[in-house]
Amino acid sequence: MTTVLVQYGLLLAAALFLVGLAGVLFRRNLLFTLLSLEIMLNAAGLAFVVAASRWQQPDGQVMFLIILAVSAAEAAVGLALILGIHRESGTLDPDELSRLRG
Amino acid sequence: MVTLMWLIPAFPAAGFLVLSTLGRRLSRPACAVMGTSSVALSMIVSAVVAWGYLSPTLPRPLTTTALWQWMEIRSLSIGFGLHLDSLSLLWVLVVTGVGFLIHLYSTSFMSAQEGYGRYFAYLNLFIASMLLLVLADGLLLLYLGWEGVGLCSFLLIGFWYREPANSKAALKAFVVTRIGDTALIIGILLLYTRLGSGNIQELLSRASSQIPPGAPLAVAAAALLLAGALGKSAQIPLQTWLPDAMAGPTPVSALIHAATMVTAGVYLIARMNVLFALAPTVRFLVAIIGAATLILAGFSAASQRDIKRVLAYSTISQIGYMFLALGVGAWPAAAFHFLTHACFKALLFLGAGVIILNLGDEHDIFRMGGLWKRMPLVFATFLTAALSMAAVPPLTAGFYSKDWILYWVWNSGPSGPILWLLALLGIVLTSLYTFRLVFIVFLGPERSRPSGRPGALLTIPLVVLAVPAALAGFLETPRHLGDIRVFSRFIAQTAPVVEPAPSMPGMVVWLILVSEAASLLGILLAYLLFRRRLRVGEAAESLPQGAYLRRFWLAGWGFDWLYEQTVVRPYRFLSRVVGSEPLDWLYRGIGDLAVVAHRLLSLIQDGRIRRYAAGVALGAALILALVVLL
Amino acid sequence: MNLALLVLVPLFAGLLAWLLGRRSDSAARLTAFAGLSVDLGIILSLWVRFPGAGAVGPGKHWLEQLVLPWIPQLGVRVHLALDGLSLLMVSLTAVLGMVALVVSWASVNKRVGLFHFHLMVSLAGIMGVFLTMDLFLFALFWELMLVPTYFLIVIWGHANRQAAGIKFFLFTQAGGLLMILAILGLHFLHASQTGEYTFDALRLAETHLPGRWGMLLMLGFFLAFAVKLPVFPLHPWLPDAHTEAPTAGSIILAGLLLKTGAYGLIRFALPLFPQASARLAPWAMGLAVAGIIYGGLAAFGQRDIKRLIAYTSISHLGFVLLGIYAGSRAALEGAVLLMICHGLTTGALFALAGGIQDRLGTRDMDSLGGLWSVTPRLAAVTLFFALAAMGLPGLGNFAGEFLVLLGVFAVHLLPAILAATAMIVSVVYALNLVCRTMFGPSRPASAVVDLGAAEMIVMTGLMLLILCLGLFPQSVIDRVRPFLQIIPGGIG
Repeated sequence: MTTVLVQYGLLLAAALFLVGLAGVLFRRNLLFTLLSLEIMLNAAGLAFVVAASRWQQPDGQVMFLIILAVSAAEAAVGLALILGIHRESGTLDPDELSRLRG
Repeated sequence: MVTLMWLIPAFPAAGFLVLSTLGRRLSRPACAVMGTSSVALSMIVSAVVAWGYLSPTLPRPLTTTALWQWMEIRSLSIGFGLHLDSLSLLWVLVVTGVGFLIHLYSTSFMSAQEGYGRYFAYLNLFIASMLLLVLADGLLLLYLGWEGVGLCSFLLIGFWYREPANSKAALKAFVVTRIGDTALIIGILLLYTRLGSGNIQELLSRASSQIPPGAPLAVAAAALLLAGALGKSAQIPLQTWLPDAMAGPTPVSALIHAATMVTAGVYLIARMNVLFALAPTVRFLVAIIGAATLILAGFSAASQRDIKRVLAYSTISQIGYMFLALGVGAWPAAAFHFLTHACFKALLFLGAGVIILNLGDEHDIFRMGGLWKRMPLVFATFLTAALSMAAVPPLTAGFYSKDWILYWVWNSGPSGPILWLLALLGIVLTSLYTFRLVFIVFLGPERSRPSGRPGALLTIPLVVLAVPAALAGFLETPRHLGDIRVFSRFIAQTAPVVEPAPSMPGMVVWLILVSEAASLLGILLAYLLFRRRLRVGEAAESLPQGAYLRRFWLAGWGFDWLYEQTVVRPYRFLSRVVGSEPLDWLYRGIGDLAVVAHRLLSLIQDGRIRRYAAGVALGAALILALVVLL
Repeated sequence: MNLALLVLVPLFAGLLAWLLGRRSDSAARLTAFAGLSVDLGIILSLWVRFPGAGAVGPGKHWLEQLVLPWIPQLGVRVHLALDGLSLLMVSLTAVLGMVALVVSWASVNKRVGLFHFHLMVSLAGIMGVFLTMDLFLFALFWELMLVPTYFLIVIWGHANRQAAGIKFFLFTQAGGLLMILAILGLHFLHASQTGEYTFDALRLAETHLPGRWGMLLMLGFFLAFAVKLPVFPLHPWLPDAHTEAPTAGSIILAGLLLKTGAYGLIRFALPLFPQASARLAPWAMGLAVAGIIYGGLAAFGQRDIKRLIAYTSISHLGFVLLGIYAGSRAALEGAVLLMICHGLTTGALFALAGGIQDRLGTRDMDSLGGLWSVTPRLAAVTLFFALAAMGLPGLGNFAGEFLVLLGVFAVHLLPAILAATAMIVSVVYALNLVCRTMFGPSRPASAVVDLGAAEMIVMTGLMLLILCLGLFPQSVIDRVRPFLQIIPGGIG
C-alpha cells in the first residue's frame, strides 16, 4: 500500500507544483501570482508528507508545519504589498509595473 | 718611445673634454690655442713615435699597448689597446699633420663665426676618434673610432644648425654611413665568433691558417667589411651623402671629407688585406666598385657648379682609385695614393675655402673668374694641387702614386687591361674636371671681386701643403725614373709587398707615356671646352640629350632619386602606419566587446518578474536534468 | 637588516611625507629626499663591503640574506636576498628614484604629500621585487609597485591620463593574475610531490615538472613579465602610459618597472622552468626581433617626444628579451648590462622631455626647434643621451647591445642579423629627435631657462655613469656572472 501511495503522491505533488508554476508564469495578476505560489508551496508540503509516510518518520510532517507557517506569513505580507501597489498604480499587472529600461 | 703612443689620441681627446665643458667660458684665442695645441702635441708625439719605430739603432720596440680589458666573456676577450705598424703610422702622421694645418687654418677661417669653442671641440674629438680608429688593435675598438668619426662628421656638417638644410645633410650622411656600419658590425661579429678573436693581428694569422681560400666565411666577412668601407668612403652605392656633406664649413670638408675620414674604408681594407686575399671574388668586386665609382663620379664632377661639390665628387673619384688598387691587391699603392691625395685634396679645399671666404660666401664657379691676379698665392698653390691631382709629371705627387696604381692594375691578371682602360679614362676625366675648375675660377673675366688678401694663418697651411703635394711622389718612383723605393720599404714592415712583374720589358715606360698623354688630353679638352668655348661643346649642350645628360650627371646619376623612391618613402610610410599603433584596434576591440556584451545582458534586466521566474524555473530544470543524466 | 631597511625606509618615508604634506609641501619633499638618501647610503655601503663578485654555486652566491618566518602554515617566509644582480637593480632603483624626485621638485605642486607617498611606496615595492626570493612576497611587492603608479598617472598626468591609466592597469593586472595563478599552481604541484608547502623560489625550483604543466606554469610567469617588459604584441599600454604620466612617473615606469619584467624572467622564469623556457626560446626571440624593429619604426613616426621615447623603450627591451632567451651566457650578460644602461638613458631622456614640456608647454616636435641656441646645456645633454640610445660605441648601451648580438650570433644567425638592422633604425629616430628639437631656426619663445645647477649635477652624474659603463663594462659583468652561471644552458 505504501509504495503505490508514494509514486502517486509524488506525481500529484509534481502536478500541483507545475500547475502553480504555470499560474505564476502565465497569469497577469499579482493576486493570482500569490495564489499560484500558495499552490506550489502546498505541493512541496505534500511531497514532504508523502515522503514522511514512506519512511515512517515524523520529520516530513514537521516540515509541512513549517511550510504552512512560512506560507501564511508570506501571504500576509504579500497581500499587504498588493494592497499598497493597487493604491499607488491602480493596476496589478506585473508587466506594467516594471520601471527598468532593460 | 713607442709606449708613448697612447698619448697620440689622448691629447685631442683631452682637448675635446676641455673645450666641450668650458668652451663657452673661454675666449676665442684661448679656444684656438687649446684646440690647435692639442693636435700639435699629438703631431709631435707621432713624430717622436715614428722616429722610435723607424730608427734602426734602437731595439725592436713594442708595437702594442694594451690599455685595459674592455669586455670579457668566457671564450673571448676584447681588449682596449693600441697597435702601431707602418700602415697605422702612415695614417697617424697624415691625420695629425694635415689635421694640425687645418686647425691652424680654421682659427682664422672660423674667426667670425659663433660657436667657435664648439667647432674646435668637435674637430678635436674627430682627430681623437680617427687616431683611435687607425691605432686600434682590435676590430671593436676600430669600430668605436669608426662611429666616433661618423658622429663628428654629423656634428660638423650640421655645424651651422640654424639652417635646416644642413641638419638634413648631416642626418643623411649619418644614416647612409650607418647602413654600411651595420654591415661592418655584422662582419665583426662573424669574425669574432668564428675565429675566436677580435685582435686584428691574431685574427689575420688565424684566418690565413684556418680558412681555405674562397671559403664562405672569408667571402661573407670580406663582403660585410667591404659594405662598411663603402659607406664610410662614399663609394657606390653608398656615395650619395658626400656631396651634400659640403654644407659644413670648408676646413671640415678638407679634413674629414677629403683627407681622412673618407679614407677609413681604404684603411680598413688595407689593414684586412689578408682576409680579402682569401676571398678573391670579393676583392675583385672591390676593384669593380672602385673603377665604376671613379668613372661615374668623374662625370658628375665635370658638371657641378658649386666649387665644393666639384671637389666632393673628385674625392669620391680619387677614392675610387684607391679602391681599384685595393681590389687588385695593390694595397701599398692605395696607401701611397692616400698620402698624396690627402695633401693635394686638402690643399684644393683650403684654397677653395679662401676663395669662398673672400668672395663673401660665394660657391658658384660661374660667378668667379680671373682670380689669378687678385689671389696669386692661392692660385699658385691651387695649381700645384690641380696638377698633382691630374697626374701631370714630373713635379706632382699625384703622378707617381696614380702611375703606380695603373702599373699594378695592368699587371693584375686577365681583367687587368680592362680595368686599366677604365682607370685611364678616369685620368682623362680627372684632368678635365680639375682644369675646368682652374680655368673657370682663376682665368677668364673677373665676375666677383675678392675682399682683401687672406691672412697668414690661411696661407701658411696652403704653402706647407703645396710642398708634399708636389714632392711627396719622390718617395716611390718607377724603375725608369729613379727607382726610389722608400715608401714600399716603409709599408712593407706591416706586410710583405709583392709587386707584380711587368708582362713585357718595355711595358713600364709605355704605361707611363700613355697615362701622361691621357692627363694632358684631359687638360687640352678642358681648355678647348671651357676656355675657348668651342662650338662643339656648346652645341652638344644645347641638344636635348646633352642637356639631359648634363642634368643627370649633375644629380649624381640619379642615385638620390632612386633611394628616395625605394627606401625613404616606403620607410616613412611604414613608420607612420606602425606609429599609429595598429595593434590598438585589437585591444580596443576587446573593450568594445565588453561594452557590447554589457548592452546585450542589460536587455535582460527589464523588470518583468514573470520572465525572471521563467528563467529560474528553466535553470532549475536544466540543472536537474544534468544531475540526472551525468 | 640592510635589505629590510631598503624596502621599509621608502615605505615609511612615503607615509611620513603624506602626513607632513598636509602642513607644508617642502616638508614632504625633504622627507622623501631623506628616505631615498638613506637608501642610497645603504646601497653605497653594500658596494663598498662587497667589492668583488660573490662565490659561485646555487645558494652560495648570496652576498646578504634575510630570512624571517611569516605564515608557516602556507609556507610563506620573508626571504630577502642580495646578489650581484639584485645589487645592480637596487642601485638603479635608488638612482632613478632620486632623479625622479629631483625632477619633480619644482614641477609638482598639487597634493605634494600624496604624490610623494605614491612615489615612495612604488619605489619600496620595486625594491622588494628586486630583493625577494619568496614567491608570495614577490607577488605582494609586484602589486605594491603597480597600484601607486596607476594613481601617479591618473592624478598628476597629462591630458589623456584617465584612459592611459586604465589601460596600464588592466594590462598589468591581467598579467599579474596569470602570474599569481602560476605561483599557486607551482605551490600545489610542489606540495603534491614533496608534501612541503612552500613559496620559496629556490625550493620550488627543485620541483619535477611534467611537460604540459611546466609549459603552462611557465607561460603564466612569462605572460606577466611579457606584459611588463613589454613584449610585442602586448605593448600597446606602454606608449599611452609613458606619455600621459607625469615626468617622475615616466622615469619610474620606463627606468624601473619595465626592468622588473626582465628581472623576473632572469630570476624566476628561466631557473624555475628550464626546459619549458628552452622550448619557448625560438618564439620569444622572434617576438623580440619583431619588437625591436616595430619599436624603432614606430618611434620615427611620432610627433610627441615622450611617445617617441616610449617606443624606443620597446625597441631596446626587445634586445633585452633577445639576450635573455638566446641561450648564451654572453647574451644574458649583455641583456643585464643593457637593462641598466637603458634605465639610465631612458630615465634621463624622459627627464629632459619633461624639462622641455615644462619650459615650452608642448611636447609636439612640429612646434619645437632650434633649442640649441636657446638652451644649449639642455640640447647638449639631450644629444648625449640620444647618442647613447642609438648605440654609439663608448657608451653603455652599445656595450650591452654588442654583447647580446655576440651571444646570439654564436648560436642563431638570423635573429642576430635582423636585430643588427635595429642600428640603422635607431639612428633614424634618435637623430631625427635631435634635429627636430635642437637644430633649426629658433622659434621666438618667452624667457626659456636652461638647465639649472641641480639638474646639471644629476645629468652629469648620469652621463658619467653611461660613459663608464660603456668603457668599463667588465666590472658590471663580473658582478652578475656568479648568478648567471647557475642558470642552466648557455654557451660562454
